[in-house]
Amino acid sequence: MSLDAHPGLPEFEYVKPETLAEASQFLAAHRGEARPFVGGTDVFVRMRDGVWSDRYLVDIKCLGDLNKIAFEPLRGLVIGAAVNMNRVIAFQAVREKYSVLAEAAESCASYQLRTRATIVGNICNASPAGDTIGVCLLLDGILDVHGTDGMREEPLGSFFLGPGKTSLRPGDIVTSIRLPAPPKGLAGRYIKHGRNKISDLAIVGVTVVGCPRIDQASGYRIRLALASVAPVPLVVDEVEAILSSKKIDAKGIAEAAQAAMSACDPIDDVRGSARYRRLMVRNLSIKALTDVWEQLRK
Amino acid sequence: MVFHKINLTVNDEYEEMVVPSNMTLLQMLREKMALTGTKNGCSAGECGACTVLMNGEPVNSCMVLAVECNAATIITVEGLARDKQLDPVQEAVIAAGGVQCGFCTPGILMSSRALLNRNPDPDEKEIAEALVGNLCRCTGYARIIRAIKEAARMKPGTSALSATD
Repeated sequence: MSLDAHPGLPEFEYVKPETLAEASQFLAAHRGEARPFVGGTDVFVRMRDGVWSDRYLVDIKCLGDLNKIAFEPLRGLVIGAAVNMNRVIAFQAVREKYSVLAEAAESCASYQLRTRATIVGNICNASPAGDTIGVCLLLDGILDVHGTDGMREEPLGSFFLGPGKTSLRPGDIVTSIRLPAPPKGLAGRYIKHGRNKISDLAIVGVTVVGCPRIDQASGYRIRLALASVAPVPLVVDEVEAILSSKKIDAKGIAEAAQAAMSACDPIDDVRGSARYRRLMVRNLSIKALTDVWEQLRK
Repeated sequence: MVFHKINLTVNDEYEEMVVPSNMTLLQMLREKMALTGTKNGCSAGECGACTVLMNGEPVNSCMVLAVECNAATIITVEGLARDKQLDPVQEAVIAAGGVQCGFCTPGILMSSRALLNRNPDPDEKEIAEALVGNLCRCTGYARIIRAIKEAARMKPGTSALSATD
């Protein structure tokens, strides 16, 4: 960690490949010393702080369909890896059909940072605190990955292995995230608890999405994900089980929030203690679940 | 050290530059072009003192590589005034007393101009949200927010406080 107040970026070589194939080959050939980047909002900070010291930074933002965002009613939403968060927030189909994604993205940093920051970057950075990861997990996001063997799919559910660790291999480039067509009547809420009202990293983040489902005893499917309280972004399956099995009421929501608190595994750090985080998980889960429950009953 | 040749437009001037890989847009503006109106606060994308417009959108210039600006259009605080006429956000911030130490002011002006370009009539909440990434430790923001509301009502060149020779 540098103690210099204004460290410049360390020396590296900027590389801008012409094709995805060339980019994957370069990254695979320079395993451990090359890193893909788009907006650099995480990469440059880590390089400046001396946490990362890659010899090559590979600019992938102009390749393939990385700048494309599109919605089709049957196939759902595709967000290219280089589509910045402000574009996602302003995209009409996101506002209308996936508003909880816009809500989560709007809680990230500041407008000018979101000119550079991306949803796929937030995912690949694999911080347990990533604000937009919870909603992508709960909406069953699928990553399109370009590797040295060509394209493949990676479900987001098995993507995160630990803080900053993912299932990506050398040469892999996530080109887009796909969110399947939204279930009818989708409601959602992201509650971010930071040291200030907006812009800081989450001490605790709670994402809840829900929709009517006639095949469930309660008539609804409601899911919950947590940020900043486990080594990976955490989907609490017990919440879904509790709220599916019987008629939803305040008691059931409290029971589900208790399950969320029991499932998390937070650490003490500069932003809050583990104990505080656990208590906030319970309280904010009640708040977010109640909010979604009220949206669904309207 | 690898150098790259880039072409870009800065404040309506066409420029050809040769920049090393690790040079930021902020360093290029301040150290190679002597455009020192753009300030270096935190070097980490937190404080917003280095905010400039890149292809019309605000960015933290400390978080953009100079080499990424090939073919880009950059506007800095030095490029806000046109034909010796201050931008309404400049006039309004001066008139409202929204400047104290002044270090955050260039970034505030650029974020405000970008806000008014995408939303010509913002309310106080929208102004405050647009300035989340511009830290000011002197003013408490009240006069800045008042100034931007005022700037939204002004047409360029209609303020009493217009620049003269």
